[in-house]
Amino acid sequence: MRHIISVLMENEPGALSRVVGLFSQRNFNIESLTVAPTEDATLSRLTVTTIGDDRVIEQITKQLNKLIDVVKVVDLTEGEHIERELMMIKLKASGQMRAEIKRTADIFRGQIIDVTPTTYTVQMIGSSEKLDAFITSLGAASIMEVVRSGVSGIARGEKVLSL
Amino acid sequence: MVVRALRDEGVKYIYGYPGGALLHVYDALFQQEDVQHVLVRHEQAATHMADAYARATGKAGVALVTSGPGATNAITGIATAYMDSIPMVVITGQVMSYLIGEDAFQETDMLGISRPIVKHNFSVTRAEDIPEIIKKAFHIAESGRPGPVVVDIPKDMTAPTERFPYEYPKSVKLRSYSPVTKGHSGQIKKAVDMLLGAKRPIIYSGGGIIMGDASAELIELAQLLNFPVTNTLMGLGGYPGTDRQFVGMLGMHGSYEANMTMHHSDLVLAIGARFDDRVTNATDKFCPTARIVHVDIDPASISKTIQADVPIVGPAKVVLEEMIQLVKASKKQPDAEAIASWWKQIDEWRSRHGGHYRTDDSELMKPQQVIEMLSKVTNGDAYVCSDVGQHQMFAAQYYKFNKPNRWINSGGLGTMGFGFPAAMGVKMNFPNEEVVCVTGEGSIQMNIQELSTCSQYNIPVKIICLNNQSLGMVRQWQDMNYEARHSHSYMDSLPDFKKLVEAYGHVGMKVEKYSDLENAMREAFAMKDRLVFMDIMVDPFEHVYPMQVPRGAMRDMWLSKTERT
Ligand SMILES: Cc1cc2nc3c(=O)[nH]c(=O)nc-3n(C[C@H](O)[C@H](O)[C@H](O)COP(=O)(O)OP(=O)(O)OC[C@H]3O[C@@H](n4cnc5c(N)ncnc54)[C@H](O)[C@@H]3O)c2cc1C
Ligand SMILES: Cc1ncc(C[n+]2csc(CCOP(=O)(O)OP(=O)(O)O)c2C)c(N)n1
Ligand SMILES: [Mg+2]
Repeated sequence: MRHIISVLMENEPGALSRVVGLFSQRNFNIESLTVAPTEDATLSRLTVTTIGDDRVIEQITKQLNKLIDVVKVVDLTEGEHIERELMMIKLKASGQMRAEIKRTADIFRGQIIDVTPTTYTVQMIGSSEKLDAFITSLGAASIMEVVRSGVSGIARGEKVLSL
Repeated sequence: MVVRALRDEGVKYIYGYPGGALLHVYDALFQQEDVQHVLVRHEQAATHMADAYARATGKAGVALVTSGPGATNAITGIATAYMDSIPMVVITGQVMSYLIGEDAFQETDMLGISRPIVKHNFSVTRAEDIPEIIKKAFHIAESGRPGPVVVDIPKDMTAPTERFPYEYPKSVKLRSYSPVTKGHSGQIKKAVDMLLGAKRPIIYSGGGIIMGDASAELIELAQLLNFPVTNTLMGLGGYPGTDRQFVGMLGMHGSYEANMTMHHSDLVLAIGARFDDRVTNATDKFCPTARIVHVDIDPASISKTIQADVPIVGPAKVVLEEMIQLVKASKKQPDAEAIASWWKQIDEWRSRHGGHYRTDDSELMKPQQVIEMLSKVTNGDAYVCSDVGQHQMFAAQYYKFNKPNRWINSGGLGTMGFGFPAAMGVKMNFPNEEVVCVTGEGSIQMNIQELSTCSQYNIPVKIICLNNQSLGMVRQWQDMNYEARHSHSYMDSLPDFKKLVEAYGHVGMKVEKYSDLENAMREAFAMKDRLVFMDIMVDPFEHVYPMQVPRGAMRDMWLSKTERT
């Protein structure tokens, strides 16, 4: 199953490489990974999406917790949560395709953020599933480039991941 | 600053080798007498010496190596300590901080290289942080599940242009690191209830008992309950080897009775052991009728390979103490009748195959005989530091360890070349104890240069070399799985070890007949202040048995070249 694991860690050089190294060393898989500092400049937050059965996910969270630089770990998929990913997608857009792409982007609440006579760049925010669905629905339009940020996630309600 | 911090940490010996990046540190070492430096002949040996000190005492050993090749030579030793959860602090020199990343002379990314084989590593970026970083390194290495910590120090950090007030912190706190100090009481109660209800129980304990200083508590609980005890290779000595309740080592080369008892048990109490693949054999066939209580200080060890029914995260010593109290206070008694019939069964297994080997079908000395003799001559009291191979398994099976911390070997990584420097590290710290290196003619040659260090510092260890003229463990696998095609497992052109050690100023002996063995060994041990190398010629065709059948259950074993369970 796919899991979204959030990690709060010391914002120090080397911390990220420990996390990434752990995944390759222990043969855990990484689907996507994002990392950035938090409101507390000494901490950064990393979100990793991974696929594995319960035993693997349990090992992943335990092994992450063991890293000295890691302050807290939570598997967001265990509870109610929100996930978002940002995508920018550059498409060939000429002739009747221009209107077609615009319509599809509107349906998905995407925005066209860059325009040239022959291209559109669409920005879209949503769950990874939604972004995948958008790509599929583009059908005949030809995709020139896709950039995705990887998933960020947060728990619903009062629950927070903090010190 | 580095040397002062080590002194204030109470470090007596450090093992190392100098180089450009460490010249300031070596100069500081020269100008004081509190911290004594031992100059090895290869950095790997420095790490094994520090590691063995830790295995014998529970306190972190310290190695000091220079940047580049010095640091990479230390890698095998760091990995060895990591796999066996041994506390160690390795200080590595580094090029000037402003040169890092430029492929400077003798630069290697030690943080990157060591990352997967350390508990943690530090790089010094401000000279004034050195005392605190060193304090943190010891704290992390020794607490929780122990492990090696690397401190990488660029050369300019050891000769700062400004002066700083020096203060060595008494303690350190890390917000992201707080190892457990106590087990969950509810879980412990549940476990004790299961213990008291068990009909076919066994206690399976490992290295966590040794490093967690919990041998006395283990003995008390086991004797209170009259349960059989088995130890992993790393746990030997945790429970006295000559006690009736001890059924021997378990696992691939475990005793027949230990593996049978495990397989047929209804309850396994695992403490400070990590269900290694050399122990469990095929995990899907492991102990089919047993429920598992697993006590470990590291939550990641629990349910990693074998699902635990009752997981308890906590230090073995504290958890065992709590269990003992609960057993004593409980109204419920163990089922004496069931336990008695369980013992009857175990004793029957024990008498059927317990610890036999054949001596009759060959003129050659058997390696097992040599270890039994060693056990006799040293009263089972010596520190035995082993290398890796058949001789290691024979030592584990036939030396009767009655005390913890005296069986010192590389289990997780299986590092040939570990035994001799390990013996040196122990002997330096316990000069009045017998310290033995059990080795093979293959392993000893992986760090034989240390004979020179032993001359320099007068380290009178005894080296018992079981010379079978082959890489016996490899050869055994080739015999059993590759139709005896002995691809590169023989040792051609061995040196004359007697002459070799004499060249370094030590005593050499060669023993070829069993009838000479006892006298020769007694003679060797009588030479208290000399290093003696006993080159003992043993049967090159001997195999280690029992040996579990690959992908089988615990009980599936070869018992000799021809018999199987
Ligand atoms: C040639 C060869 C053959 C081998 N054959 C065998 C064999 O037949 N049988 C065998 O057993 N091994 C064998 N081994 C060794 C094997 O590879 C493992 O090293 C060994 O089984 C691990 O022992 P352990 O489970 O005690 O764990 P260790 O590696 O000693 O780990 C200790 C465990 O205890 C925990 N711990 C540490 N401190 C504490 C504490 N204070 N409180 C609680 N828990 C703590 C740790 O978290 C860890 O989980 C062999 C090795 C070699 C090289
Ligand atoms: C550094 C290293 N290289 C290779 C091995 C693989 N290996 C395990 S046992 C062994 C043979 C050891 O030979 P020896 O020291 O003579 O011991 P014996 O088995 O003959 O008693 C080898 C090559 C190892 N464990 N360590
Ligand atoms: Mg050999």
